[in-house]
Amino acid sequence: MIGELGQFSLIAALLSALALMVLPAAGAWRGDAALMAVADRAAFGLALFTLLAFVLLAAAFVNHDFSLLYVARQSNSLLPLGYRLSAVWGGHEGSLLLWVLIHAGWTMAIVRFSGHLPPEFRARVLAVMGLIASGFLLFLLLTSNPFERLLPAAADGADLNPLLQDPGLIMHPPILYIGYVGFSAAFGFAVAALLEGRVDRAWVRWARPWTLVAWAFLTGGIALGSWWAYYELGWGGWWFWDPVENASFMPWLAGVALLHSQMVTEKRGAFINWTLLLSIVAFSLSLLGTFLVRSGVLTSVHAFASDPARGIFILAFLGLVSGGALTLYALRAPRLESGEGFNWLSRETLLMLNNVFFAAALGMVLLGTLYPLIADAFGLGKISVGPPYFGTLFTLLMAPVVLLVVAGPYSRWQADRWARLWPALSPVLLTALAIGLTAAWLLAGGAPRAWFGVLGGVWVMLGTLAYLARRRRAGGKLTAGVLGMGLAHFGVGVFVIGASLVESGGLERDLRLVPGESAKVGSYTFVFTGTTTVQGPNFEARQGHFTVLKGEKEIALLEPQKRRYTASGQVMTEAAIDWGLTRDLYVALGEALDDRGAWSVRLYYKPFIRWIWFGALFILAGGFLAAADRCLRRTRAAEAAPQPARPPSGDTAGGALPAVP
Amino acid sequence: MTPTRRRRLLAVLLILAGTGTAAWLALGALRQNMLYFYTPSDVVAQGIENGVRFRLGGLVVPGSLKRAGGDLNAEFQVTDRTRTMTVRYHGILPDLFREGQGVIAHGALGADGVMAADTVLAKHDENYMPPEVAEALEKAGHPPAARPDNG
Repeated sequence: MIGELGQFSLIAALLSALALMVLPAAGAWRGDAALMAVADRAAFGLALFTLLAFVLLAAAFVNHDFSLLYVARQSNSLLPLGYRLSAVWGGHEGSLLLWVLIHAGWTMAIVRFSGHLPPEFRARVLAVMGLIASGFLLFLLLTSNPFERLLPAAADGADLNPLLQDPGLIMHPPILYIGYVGFSAAFGFAVAALLEGRVDRAWVRWARPWTLVAWAFLTGGIALGSWWAYYELGWGGWWFWDPVENASFMPWLAGVALLHSQMVTEKRGAFINWTLLLSIVAFSLSLLGTFLVRSGVLTSVHAFASDPARGIFILAFLGLVSGGALTLYALRAPRLESGEGFNWLSRETLLMLNNVFFAAALGMVLLGTLYPLIADAFGLGKISVGPPYFGTLFTLLMAPVVLLVVAGPYSRWQADRWARLWPALSPVLLTALAIGLTAAWLLAGGAPRAWFGVLGGVWVMLGTLAYLARRRRAGGKLTAGVLGMGLAHFGVGVFVIGASLVESGGLERDLRLVPGESAKVGSYTFVFTGTTTVQGPNFEARQGHFTVLKGEKEIALLEPQKRRYTASGQVMTEAAIDWGLTRDLYVALGEALDDRGAWSVRLYYKPFIRWIWFGALFILAGGFLAAADRCLRRTRAAEAAPQPARPPSGDTAGGALPAVP
Repeated sequence: MTPTRRRRLLAVLLILAGTGTAAWLALGALRQNMLYFYTPSDVVAQGIENGVRFRLGGLVVPGSLKRAGGDLNAEFQVTDRTRTMTVRYHGILPDLFREGQGVIAHGALGADGVMAADTVLAKHDENYMPPEVAEALEKAGHPPAARPDNG
């Protein structure tokens, strides 16, 4: 029964999505209020039926309904309940259903929080959301149906990939998807604005909170994925420049550029073309990421699918959505107002530099990710691009950003003067130099990269704090937007310190250890005391016991495991980590080498690696805080007041973030 | 030329110069970090020179894995069922490294014709074979054994 009900729900969701795509748009075109009003109900139907389908699929997992092909492939009767639920999105079909569910959630959020928008504009935004939902629901039903029957039913399931049986992985896909898919909102606003042909600053103000929230979630999702890879893969790395990581990183980079370019458009009216283009690009990159990950063109743990029809469908949809939006952009962009001019020394220039560097970084990642695929398609050989390409170029491109990020908030719109800017910045710069050099001397060892990293990180953290303090002293209001900016920039500093210290100061030793032997890593001694056997719910493990000493003092007991999962027979490494603010100690078991109890073992010392994820936390918190500044408060105020005919479209937001006097 | 036009021209020139430099740097870095994928047959056919880094893919020959006692040196053979190559590696082999199954090694040939690998990758789960390896086997006329649909 569940399978058929799920199927019906998906079809009903598709019909709602089609209605959402067609009717409100027709209403907006003909100025028919009744047709436009259909949007709310259609969106509700879309959300309701997608949720129903999702719940039904989850129920099939909970009840071990192995007559569904997807459940039989992804689950097993021994799989614990928590992982049975996360297995819902552990494979291709289910993760696409999650994609659609989250998209429906965003659509409902727009319905709920867009009462203050002009009705035609709102109807067009929702129609674009309906178009995207229709495409993905069609994709689900035609090529990737999670409710496909398996007859006769399997006696037991094949089990979830053990790599995915981990608490970090329960949350990683949903949060990443909320961000990924959330760019559809910014996309919808941009397309609706282009359709209206009357693109002014107002739409940027409306689109900004959606962009901020989506981007903050994307930050969280990427950080969670990096953290998971660090402790679960057993290689001690936190970022591999894997094509699948790049697939989510590219929309993120576009998002950073978009957020900063939105500021200029909102306050000064300039860069409006560029902001529109970035809104389209950010979501197109989300679709491209979905294509890369879901089409099976990549070799990766994320690449579930190997069915070419799926790849072609997504590629065609990508072409339709992005191509259509870009054509619209090409038709309408030349007629847009260009906004106010600015001097070469101004906040606009600094924000433009931000965009230049992030766009360059985006292009660089795109080239490195797509080049192997293109080369393969044209028969130029099977190529992979090594991480040093990405690592070196990204560091080079971000170095100027780290240098300039502090100056942004200090600078004035339109025109600034060195004579004003330099006295404001120089005390901070000198203090940061003094503190940074001391910190680098204490922490960084001999590596120049670590010195630059610590100096840069301290400069960003200190400069941002000093800006907030200065603004406070000057009597300026610390709005949520300003605080959010400060928090996010501060997080960049934290991240830079963590990344540069762990990259240059991390230690790794691969060795063979017999029980009773010990090994030194830096100033820590790891003593291997032996292994025992442990029984888990759906696996059996050999557990190693390591005592870590610093000098004579025992500081940690680490127990890494080597698991063999019963259903699949698959072997998995479970690393053991003693974490701290300034360092992680990390042990992973390799394999048993002989009958004397010798094991191959990987030992790591990872200085300041937690700062990477703490930095990301600051950044995402900053994004949320900034989103709280105007959107939600203003929406509520607009709803409480009698419906305004049309919000003012002029330069009304200029006062929200005044330059520091 | 009006001042506005001159400024615009300057901006355009600057942007062109910037993108040009960036593209030149990126392509250079890309070329340096590109790794080609070869099967043992390709290595022989194309005469890969010693010291050139590449990726070798194929199946691990059953019974070929040798662990020299005492440390983490490993030696095994990789085959595409037409030709076979020896790979030497120091370190911990991945969890899913198995004799008779797909593997990809990154490294370069030494003077003795043995590949010295610094990275060894196996597939991500039991049913999965790296697509390059599957395709290479097919090309060599030895399609991999029918594999269960893993979606």
